[in-house]
Amino acid sequence: MKKEHPIEDPHREYMEWAQTSGGQTAPPPSKPAPGPAAEFKRIGRYTPRLDGKKIVTGAAQYTHDLRFEDMLHGKILRCPHASADLAAIDISEASSYPGVKAVLKLKEGRVKWAGEQIAAVAAVDERRAEEALALIKVEYKVLPHVVEEGKAQEKDAPLVQDQGNVQKSSEYNRGDIEKGFKEADLVFEQTYKTSWEVHQPAETHGSIAQWDGDFLTVWDSTQGVHSVRDGLARALGIPAGRVRVIKHYMGGGFGSKLGVNDFTVVAARLARETGRPVKIILTRRENSYCVGYRPSAQMTIRAGVKKDGTLTALHFKSNNCGGIGRGDRCAEPATDLYKCPNVKVEEYSIFVNACGSRATRAPGHTQGTFGLEGFMEELAAKLGLDPLELRRRNYSGKEKGDTGNPYSTKGLELCYGLGAEKIGWSRRNKKPGAGGGKIKTGLGMAGQIWPGAGVPRTLADLKIYPDGSVEIECGTQDIGTGTRTHIALVAAETLGLEPEDIAVKIGDSDYPWAPNSGGSLTTPSVAPAVRDAALKAAEYLKGLAAKKLNAAPADIVLENRKLALKSDPAKAIEFKEIARGLPRPTPFHGERSGMTAGFAYQTFGAHFAEVEVDTETGKIKVKKVVAAHDIGRVINRQTAESQVIGGVTQGLSAALFEEKIMDPETGNMVNPNFHDYKIATALDIPEIVPLFADIVDDRLNNLGTKGLGEPPRIPSSAAIANAVYNAIGVHVREIPMTPARVLAALKRKEARP
Amino acid sequence: MDSGRKKKKVVTRRSFLQSMGGGAIGAGVVSRVLGKDLPAHQSGPGEMDIFSSKKIAFTVNGKKTSLDVRADETLLQVLRDRLKLSGTKRVCNRGECGGCTVLLNGKPVYSCHMLAVRADGAEILTIEGLAAGEKLHPVQQAFIDKDGYQCGFCTPGFIMATVALLAKNGQPSPDEIKAGLAGNLCRCGNYQRIYAAVGAAAEAMRKS
Repeated sequence: MKKEHPIEDPHREYMEWAQTSGGQTAPPPSKPAPGPAAEFKRIGRYTPRLDGKKIVTGAAQYTHDLRFEDMLHGKILRCPHASADLAAIDISEASSYPGVKAVLKLKEGRVKWAGEQIAAVAAVDERRAEEALALIKVEYKVLPHVVEEGKAQEKDAPLVQDQGNVQKSSEYNRGDIEKGFKEADLVFEQTYKTSWEVHQPAETHGSIAQWDGDFLTVWDSTQGVHSVRDGLARALGIPAGRVRVIKHYMGGGFGSKLGVNDFTVVAARLARETGRPVKIILTRRENSYCVGYRPSAQMTIRAGVKKDGTLTALHFKSNNCGGIGRGDRCAEPATDLYKCPNVKVEEYSIFVNACGSRATRAPGHTQGTFGLEGFMEELAAKLGLDPLELRRRNYSGKEKGDTGNPYSTKGLELCYGLGAEKIGWSRRNKKPGAGGGKIKTGLGMAGQIWPGAGVPRTLADLKIYPDGSVEIECGTQDIGTGTRTHIALVAAETLGLEPEDIAVKIGDSDYPWAPNSGGSLTTPSVAPAVRDAALKAAEYLKGLAAKKLNAAPADIVLENRKLALKSDPAKAIEFKEIARGLPRPTPFHGERSGMTAGFAYQTFGAHFAEVEVDTETGKIKVKKVVAAHDIGRVINRQTAESQVIGGVTQGLSAALFEEKIMDPETGNMVNPNFHDYKIATALDIPEIVPLFADIVDDRLNNLGTKGLGEPPRIPSSAAIANAVYNAIGVHVREIPMTPARVLAALKRKEARP
Repeated sequence: MDSGRKKKKVVTRRSFLQSMGGGAIGAGVVSRVLGKDLPAHQSGPGEMDIFSSKKIAFTVNGKKTSLDVRADETLLQVLRDRLKLSGTKRVCNRGECGGCTVLLNGKPVYSCHMLAVRADGAEILTIEGLAAGEKLHPVQQAFIDKDGYQCGFCTPGFIMATVALLAKNGQPSPDEIKAGLAGNLCRCGNYQRIYAAVGAAAEAMRKS
């Protein structure tokens, strides 16, 4: 308990999967993906979600909604000080309060942020647990704190981490940066800043823990049942095989529900102590300041460029602030999106007395893209080039800025073309700010890169029962993206059945391993594993049918719930009839293959935004966003479009409204609710047009599909900021672009005609 | 829950404010609960002492229900914790997001922001009472058809707000849809799909 805080890396739980899937750091694949996938009847089209009825009737049971007999409710006492030494905790009065069944002390020594867990109570209801918290007496020796990035870097600032408040977190060098700058006709430098953005999932974090002897079951609102199982086993010092984690429905996560939460461990300890199930549901306030946020970034970009727009050197330097934990690594868009032989990256983490940050939809890439793409837009204006043309002149066909492996598929040029046409790119102000009037309009764009290749060795089991029913078991989880439906679609397509014929069982760590639902990993990991299992089942069934029909297995197709001869479709047997011959429920094990070596696998996309800016009030109205993405094969176009719409909306929200604000005096968050922490509402939403490149990547997996969770979140804030630049002739360079920031930008001298 | 409790030893301002949903409370009420040992308070007509409980009777999804509620208990708490109707969600618990929207006498209300005693005698409709048996309400069907959700947690609130909107205005324009649903937050950001669902539901209801 007394050990110092390890420095948390928000990328860790997210990127350990994303990086192994990127094709760059992963070992060579075990085997290449099979050849081109067949043309499909259902995959790639619009299918409504199979769990829709449960959602719209209120029957879907989220972790918040579960209750068990004798269940207790846990509450956490949190430290109100941003820096303090804990002198004493007295739990005696709380322990004897009516209805209280257990009180735990959770902390000793130094407290480093306001909100750290101090003690916990389990009581018969939430009210009494909450009341008992007020009876816990804590003595603190309050210490000086720092919550401002700037102040944290000053010489006599309170030390947040023993090794210093500024630490280098990454460095990367390619080519010769000095030579690159010498070759340049123009050198341009600019600084861009992003703010702390809180995930705020609709369902606050919550867990229920229940012991049965030395077996622990936890129902958790999580993006990763397997990683929570592993984390709980480590934290409690018990074997992973005795922990089971279940999640049926969850109300959003966006990165904040990857891996085990500290309060979930507390629920398990309280349940062990009391011998009863214990439920802990965080309040909205706790969800606002205790479970992470997107780290900020202050990025200074300096580039050397030829007159024709060719990049010769790119220096990306960033200060990333994630509270007591490390900031994100934001440089990958700069190192990989454009062709540039000479690149230098220096990233620093700035430590302050606030909760550690946590992976937030497209960690690092979102900030890095806001910086890089804002920079490209301003650079284009300096060169007198169309910003899209500048990007095309630096188009890269290989990873690491055209110096590494070739991309297996790269549909970015197609996305540029599709998006530019749909938005009417020629309507933009040829010179930023050229339009007249009080309300100015503008168009801007930004591009995107993100791994999203999926994780080899993901597992899925398909079982056929003698009554003809089919089930899939896979330890993935549906975090709101429609994973259940994707799985059913792939299995049904492969077996010639209907999606509703497939019983999809997910969200349980007792099912075969699948990665966290984060990092755009789910579909490209899970769908190919399901496809693999279904292909094996189809082969087996074809063998059975071939005997009955007296034909060659290769002549048999599965469609319309039948196995029929290709050469003579009238000769067919019902799927159910074939299944009836099975001696027992028969399993087929599916596994996601590796990728063909020697290629790089990434998703790409481009957003085009149209905005209106009121130059008197500083208010921005986004009119339209066209979002074009290359994500390989689309599995379900209906849910894929929703992912894009959601990503654009969240990017708009971050671009205009979202900022976690800290009070320098108390070290506390001042806006831990939806009233003061603004997120986009119905009235802020533009027309959003999702488009897909539909390029199947057959080297990647047996469906040629990539991930989609992060891509639409990455360039949206940047595209909107660039449209604002095109409208008013000055780049705001900081998100959220509040009216105050827009007005301040308008005052800068370059805004004057 | 022992609803018969007349007086508690401790009421923290925090727990009280939280259970009330923050801004709902008048200063006069707050002043009565900030101290631990309060003198007995005389209730005025139509008021109720903050520490007492009261029997209320109302209709929930067509079913008559009667139960004792505490003065500070919200309608959301009663629906979820007492009546086990978990379809209505607790999202912000401060009247800021519409996730807990139910219909009270046909009007949309934030149930986290409404004291249960105020629902005495009312007709409440929650998401669980919307479908006619297996037959979904046209709004529910439209949310499925148009993918008007992602995680689904805000969906019951959106659907109830939509039912109320369409009862008032059977042919809303896109701007009227936006205005009608401006009190509901969807963190997944699927508003555009939700509007499409509302439009489709309005059309289906006009045809039927």
